[in-house]
Amino acid sequence: MRVTVLVRPKQGILDPQGEAVRESLRKLGFSVGGARVGRLVDLEVDEPSSQGARAQVERMCQELLANPLIESFEIEVEGT
Amino acid sequence: MSVRPRIAVLVFPGSNDDRDAAWALGALGADAQLLWHAEDELPRDTGAVVLPGGFSYGDYLRCGAIARFAPILDAVRAFATDGGPVLGICNGFQILCEAGLLPGVLRRNRDLEFVCRDVRLRVERTDTIFTACCEPGQELTIPVKHGEGSWYADDDLYGGLEAAGQLVLRYAEDCNGSVGDVAGVCNEERNVFGLMPHPEHAVDPLLGSGDGALLLAALVDAAHARTFAAA
Repeated sequence: MRVTVLVRPKQGILDPQGEAVRESLRKLGFSVGGARVGRLVDLEVDEPSSQGARAQVERMCQELLANPLIESFEIEVEGT
Repeated sequence: MSVRPRIAVLVFPGSNDDRDAAWALGALGADAQLLWHAEDELPRDTGAVVLPGGFSYGDYLRCGAIARFAPILDAVRAFATDGGPVLGICNGFQILCEAGLLPGVLRRNRDLEFVCRDVRLRVERTDTIFTACCEPGQELTIPVKHGEGSWYADDDLYGGLEAAGQLVLRYAEDCNGSVGDVAGVCNEERNVFGLMPHPEHAVDPLLGSGDGALLLAALVDAAHARTFAAA
């Protein structure tokens, strides 16, 4: 099962990387109100059911892929 | 039997301050031994453990996130649970936070700059084995060199740590955007301590400051006490 994890800086957490990207985009002439920079993880999970895959990846996020103090995550399971 | 207490300095792939730490601890009277991360036991009679600075596992995913799975970390966790003194410097601090042995997390510096300079620090708590040689409120000058050293805790966590006296060291000047200007924290039991500044680079006035020796000498004392109390 192919699963994609999106890890983002939590709401309200300062994201200096996003700020720098926003400033750079403005310098290029783009009108950008805000930018946040996160991380994307593509996974091939050995698990036939999408429900099972989601549950596993949820645990992966909590234990390793995201740091719950500062990051939130979103799980996308292919075909659901 | 040597009167020099044994201190294990862990070496991860990407550690780069391991030798400096071992040298400084040796100069302060310890028998410092470098220990490869793939080992699963600490040397016999280990009196303290140091996780040095560097870029373990290339800082993949998040700083310190992968090192927490190193085989030696299980032994370090057991040592800490048993009350053994554990010190994490810079990347070592990041590893201890990711491993859950210390509270909070180290983030990218607020200004995205790699900060590499001497900073002034204020000792907030002297009731830890690591700051036992310092005076309350004492200012220390110790260098930092990090890109991801901005310590973060949410309001609840921060308040709890402050009330419990776990916020041991603060920057006495603007450094990296750390919450509360925190530069070093300890665990609840006060035997695990992590800090972003590098005391091992400040053990001789010839190198700009000898203030780091106050922290490392206290660790050598603690290692000595543990070794000879156990003997």
